[in-house]
Amino acid sequence: MTVAAIGRYEFKSRDRLEYFHGNQVVYFHWEEHLMFCAGLALPLPPTMPFRAILSDVLPGCYGTHPDWARIDWGKVTWMLDSRPFKPVLDASLADNHIGHKSLLRFWTPGLQGIDGIPTC
Amino acid sequence: MNAMPPLQKQRKLSLKERYAHLTRGLGWETTYQPMDKVFPYISYEGIKIHDWDAWEDPFRLTMDAYWKYQAEKERKLYAVIESFAQNNGHLNVTDARYINALKLFLTGVSPLEYSAHRGYAHVGRHFVGAGPRIACQMQAIDELRHAQTQIHTMSHYNKFFDGLHDARHMHDRVWYLSVPKSFFEDACSAGPFEFLTAISFSFEYVLTNLLFVPFMSGAAYNGDMATVTFGFSAQSDEARHMTLGLEIIKFMLEQDEGNVPIVQKWIDKWFWRGYRLLGLVSMMMDYMLPKRIMSWAEAWEMYFEQAGDALFEDLSRYGIRKPKYHEVASKEKHRLSHEVWSIFYNYTHAAAFHTWLPSEEEMKWLSAKYPDTFDKHYRPRFKCWSEMQAEGKRFYNPTLPQLCVTCQIPMGFTEPDDPTTICFRSTEYKGERFHFCSDGCKDIFCDEPEKYVQSWLPVHQIYQGNCGGAEVKDVLAWYHLNFGVDNFDYEGSPDQKLWDEWQAQKASNAV
Repeated sequence: MTVAAIGRYEFKSRDRLEYFHGNQVVYFHWEEHLMFCAGLALPLPPTMPFRAILSDVLPGCYGTHPDWARIDWGKVTWMLDSRPFKPVLDASLADNHIGHKSLLRFWTPGLQGIDGIPTC
Repeated sequence: MNAMPPLQKQRKLSLKERYAHLTRGLGWETTYQPMDKVFPYISYEGIKIHDWDAWEDPFRLTMDAYWKYQAEKERKLYAVIESFAQNNGHLNVTDARYINALKLFLTGVSPLEYSAHRGYAHVGRHFVGAGPRIACQMQAIDELRHAQTQIHTMSHYNKFFDGLHDARHMHDRVWYLSVPKSFFEDACSAGPFEFLTAISFSFEYVLTNLLFVPFMSGAAYNGDMATVTFGFSAQSDEARHMTLGLEIIKFMLEQDEGNVPIVQKWIDKWFWRGYRLLGLVSMMMDYMLPKRIMSWAEAWEMYFEQAGDALFEDLSRYGIRKPKYHEVASKEKHRLSHEVWSIFYNYTHAAAFHTWLPSEEEMKWLSAKYPDTFDKHYRPRFKCWSEMQAEGKRFYNPTLPQLCVTCQIPMGFTEPDDPTTICFRSTEYKGERFHFCSDGCKDIFCDEPEKYVQSWLPVHQIYQGNCGGAEVKDVLAWYHLNFGVDNFDYEGSPDQKLWDEWQAQKASNAV
């Protein structure tokens, strides 16, 4: 125990997987598009195929940005929890080793914000 | 016959003597119970105190003097509040947008004053020495008074503007208010010495000017005389609180060399937590005050870089250095307010106050104050949002943000050396991932993970079903926010509509 305390100091994490009713939390961030001010948090079933994230989930999050429609998904590069990552589109989140509170960052080459300004 | 003894006029006690009488016997040694049972919180943090009497209270304020001064201040304050109300003082502020700073203050800061009252009352009970105990008790009363007078001062605005109706309830529930709430609960759930290092020293001594100068000078610049008067009323208390902050640090450092590394660790932690909390103030200074006092960067330079240099030079003879990551805070000074305002612009639909795009004139001011960052990184973003707004598609972020587990702010801060890339940090603890906005927040977690795995992160709580429902409307109802009234852009809000009507009325009466 590292915390200085007057007695026993043990509590379970408040964000454990079992609290999310069958979903897991996954964080996403579209790099070089800081008009979306921060990374996003989404509750998703671990059985969801990765392809569905691209077709059904992320458009509702980022679709208002003019760059979104121009993304060539074949060129997108991904990082999963600080490691380079190549998603298997038809495999589920779990089979892609995307766990509870995993962070997925993605870069869209050629699309670096409005007028090439990565903070837009 | 014996002569009558001459009548002696009783000598008045000096302040020092009166203070000695006030504190006499309060630092008692227990007889039928062991001291550590009566004062259980005094040793477990590792701080060693050899001589409690070495505590010197520079103010030596006695109770009779305290009541007298405070009563005088109250009388003046309430007279001003009364006249402000009778003269419809709210019509004299610069612009109704200013009221949003008050909404933030009332929901974010006033409940902290109440928490401070509880914290100091607790610590006052648990210190062994009479001097610090009295100082803490007086501060506990001050803090309670501050919470109360702030609520009274701002209640006038509640009659005319939205979002000021349920500050206490909102403080416990609204997503961004978990930032100040968790800051204070972290301090209150620490031991007494860490509490004083956190609140009295790091916040009230090192960072206080960055809170009160913007708020009270901001009130003065923007015609809010009731809030200015509250500021004056609290000012003399603050001077005493700052003295307590410095005194407790020096006291700990002088008592035992072993205390130095413990105190340094706390200074590092509480500097960073306090600095992150002040992000809210940075956006108030640069974006929310219609008439601005100074920029966040200027305030940071004056009140932290310059004043902090002198303070930490003074403390260096004890072996204390400047807080860890102070240089990161200085690197961030040219973008902090823009990043925080962007977060609120993204999520105004879930906030208890309005946001807006800066006008062209305001952007000119921002360009001048931030010549290296504003035009390059932030003006284009505002231009883009402005075009969307003109098309009737005001930009709101439709997805909830990822939050930092320590400071609980959305993960919107960029790398210290790269304003275009968000700073993501993470660690694993007992097989679970935790994410942070900065090295400062990550270090704080890693030092005491047991504490922060309990963080009540609003986004996760919504997803767990603990916040009234899954839809924004349900969550806002649970916050006690009036949907479509308290939230969304200032443009088109009931506040704006009413303000414009009053201004038109003023103009027509004048003719």
